[in-house]
Amino acid sequence: MAYVAVKGGSEAIEESIKRLTFERIHTQQVLEIEAIMAGMQGMIDQVMSESSLYSELLAALAIKQAQGNMEEAVFLLRAHRSTLPRNYYTRVIETDNMFVERRISASFKDIPGGQILGASYDYTHRLMDFNLLSESKEAMQKWLLEYEQESQHSSGALTLQSLPKVVAFLQKEGLFPTYEEDQAEPLDVTKRSVQFPTTRSERLQILTRGQTGAVTSLGYAAIRGYGAVHPTVGELRVGKLPLTVAYPMDRTNDEENDLYIGQIKVTEVESFIPITTKNEKNEEEIEFEIGYGICYGQNETKAIAMSILDQALENGNQDYPTHDEEFILMHIDSVESTGFISHLKLPHYVTFQSKLDSVRKIKKGTIQHEK
Amino acid sequence: MKNKTHFALMDEGSKKEIRRATLKAVAIPGYQVPFASREMPIARGWGTGGLQLTLSIIGKEDVLKVIDQGADESVNAVNIKKLVHHTTGVETTTETEDATIIQSRHRIPEVPVTEKQIIVLQVPIPEPLRLVEPSEMKTKQLHGEKEYSGAWLMLFEQIMKYGKTATYADHPVFVHDRYVMAPSPIPRFDNIKMNDSKALILLGAGREKKIYAVPPYTKVTSLAFEDYAMEVESFAGKHCSLCHSTDVFLDELVNEETNVTYYQCNDTSNCLATLNEKEKVVEVGIGNA
Amino acid sequence: MHDKPILHVVNLKKQYGPGCAVCSHNHEVALEKNRCPECGTVFACNDLSFDVYPGEILGVVGESGSGKSTMMKCLYFDEEVSSGEAYISCYEEGETNVFQESSQKLRHIRNTILGMVYQNPVLGLKMDFSSVGNIAEKMIAAGDRNVNRMENRSKVLLEHVHIPIARMKDEPKKFSGGMQQRVQIAKALSNHPPILLLDEVTTGLDLSVQASVLDLIKTIQQELGISMIVVSHDLAVIRMLADRTMVMLDGRIIEQGLTDQILENPQHAYTQQLVYSLI
Repeated sequence: MAYVAVKGGSEAIEESIKRLTFERIHTQQVLEIEAIMAGMQGMIDQVMSESSLYSELLAALAIKQAQGNMEEAVFLLRAHRSTLPRNYYTRVIETDNMFVERRISASFKDIPGGQILGASYDYTHRLMDFNLLSESKEAMQKWLLEYEQESQHSSGALTLQSLPKVVAFLQKEGLFPTYEEDQAEPLDVTKRSVQFPTTRSERLQILTRGQTGAVTSLGYAAIRGYGAVHPTVGELRVGKLPLTVAYPMDRTNDEENDLYIGQIKVTEVESFIPITTKNEKNEEEIEFEIGYGICYGQNETKAIAMSILDQALENGNQDYPTHDEEFILMHIDSVESTGFISHLKLPHYVTFQSKLDSVRKIKKGTIQHEK
Repeated sequence: MKNKTHFALMDEGSKKEIRRATLKAVAIPGYQVPFASREMPIARGWGTGGLQLTLSIIGKEDVLKVIDQGADESVNAVNIKKLVHHTTGVETTTETEDATIIQSRHRIPEVPVTEKQIIVLQVPIPEPLRLVEPSEMKTKQLHGEKEYSGAWLMLFEQIMKYGKTATYADHPVFVHDRYVMAPSPIPRFDNIKMNDSKALILLGAGREKKIYAVPPYTKVTSLAFEDYAMEVESFAGKHCSLCHSTDVFLDELVNEETNVTYYQCNDTSNCLATLNEKEKVVEVGIGNA
Repeated sequence: MHDKPILHVVNLKKQYGPGCAVCSHNHEVALEKNRCPECGTVFACNDLSFDVYPGEILGVVGESGSGKSTMMKCLYFDEEVSSGEAYISCYEEGETNVFQESSQKLRHIRNTILGMVYQNPVLGLKMDFSSVGNIAEKMIAAGDRNVNRMENRSKVLLEHVHIPIARMKDEPKKFSGGMQQRVQIAKALSNHPPILLLDEVTTGLDLSVQASVLDLIKTIQQELGISMIVVSHDLAVIRMLADRTMVMLDGRIIEQGLTDQILENPQHAYTQQLVYSLI
């Protein structure tokens, strides 16, 4: 009963919070926001993606305040998001126009525009680099200088161009069905709670907001045997997308007058997934469909897993939990799952007393019965 | 960058949406109204449904009381009270009589509530049929068709197995003879207080994104068969070791030294009030002597 | 059979697939068995019309895939019909096509007028609930809120179907196949339904167990005068139980009449084949 005496709860809480501050600052190292932004891009990307708020500065602040605890940082940003009025939606973005930094295809070796490896851990050896224990600014500058000279000598200078999608070439060959563009306004899951069965726009929003680990694990389950998705990464691209909003005073809705409000970095994945469909003769046929994944920042595993789950939910299958939209969508949100798990730490004295009462009465009953 | 929090934290658009859902809930007693639950500065499962209700209905003139499993001083109650005060500046209280809004987790106060008060209950699992049917889509249909055999069958099975119903807190209720509703995990002892309540009772589930309500003077009955009444928790022969009250919900405690079980009021503010009352009587008695 | 039928079914149709210009208009000619060669649509039940009279047992016989089970599922509203009508004389004076009713009303009809015994007990019983709970479920659904009354009724029914009362609190998963079928029958009878649907209830049971279940059904029908539809691929079962019989093939009724007549003098080639194989 230590933490709910009749009185004294308030003081205990104050002391606990003080202790938390102490733990954060007692070594007297000021962790600069700039340092987090410069060196912790992976954390920033994950926090922005899970909290569905794109701001590197606020994400860095949340990471600092949460002492690097990711669920806590996401939580802070989500709570902050609730205080912000949402007045505009951006124009629809065509990801063909992405300023690509990285772009690979696992389906075709030779894709128009080429494979662009960009920055990735994929090709590194995961060996501890003990040199980083004592990194110097001089060494950094030296490395950078050499890198710059190298790139000047290399032949293919980087040109910013819009790269066509891999799927577009397949569509030309008739291997992918061409769908009519769906102009229906997406439902905003942050303004209206989802109702089952859901629409794809709702599913994609919840998946992209999902906790990285949860999305990854469930996507993994769906391809390992607790699901029936067999994907190939058709295209994975990482890069920046420009955002615009319609000029609020402009009644003509003319895109010429749009306002540019900044750019976001995203990871986008289109997985090619064979599925069985029925043709006009009601006979089964195999066709390819696209599983779609997109998230803020460079979160490649999450984006691929998302594309798997998108497809799994699109073709619901009673036999596997990973194809059940309620099972997936209701359990992958970081703030929701961590909140409910952590609430178990709250006092449950009344509920437990009620349980005890019930159990005792039943026991008494059976004993009397046996007599 | 904006760095001052808005009155009652949420932007007005969000608060309006929650109030619209609340009005709908009041209009259809016991029906779970979906709403776009916002993330709060406290964790999901820690009362975000209740908090969003409180924040969306609170005005500058209100007086707030927050209790957690009966206690005003429980960590979470203190925390929520602090947050609301911090973002609104409204007065808080531990006296049930003084409060206009009472946010509570898992208890309804022992002191009878009035028409001027609103009780906001925090709800972990708003769906009373969840144990019978895991799918949200199906439970929604069952409510629509008023098909509650599943809930009744569960009680029937318990009677067959144990000779009595074996529910504990959150014993389902029937509201206005229409919807079966989860009263939130209040003890069975408190279910009775919901019937014909003078105060409006709002229930909010943040994580599950549902708001529902019991308007004042609404019929609320606990699910029970004709020949097996719902039994409330009994504290017969027991009393609060502090204020000696008998007809209240008691916490069971164990004296660490003597290992003897003793009891204390679960509603701490009512316990204090009773104690103060007794002291007054004693003082008056002494004064008269 | 001068009475008004208790169940009157007209042109019950259940199709899987969209249908096309060929099969929607003139399927008499076009279908291969029950499937449209053009669009692949399967007509599981194709314009079934029949009556069931008070107190009689109507037998339905046919090979697997002939549409018998689909018809039963449609009659118990487990499956939605594609088109067709059904009238029940004790529901709104037999004036309302029940296939058009809301799901809430269908539930009411199922709970008060119909009883169903499935071939697979998993469909009809909650395997993890007590047997008495399983029987009570149907009474609860029909609005009973008295534990003692439901418990007593369950005991009577269990006795009736020869399940020892000592085992009434056991879950059906602990029972043999024959016992599970008997619990299903008890459950189906709990609300005194005027119509009972039995779908291949003895299939998969030992011969001796089969005989006892069939005996039970016959006794119940004689004692309670319930109208029944009994579906079986086994003509022997039909011969033992049914007053009248209809023969199904490829989603259609190809022959119907008094059971004796059909056995003595089968008209359709398929029925002849069935009858001769029985001898």
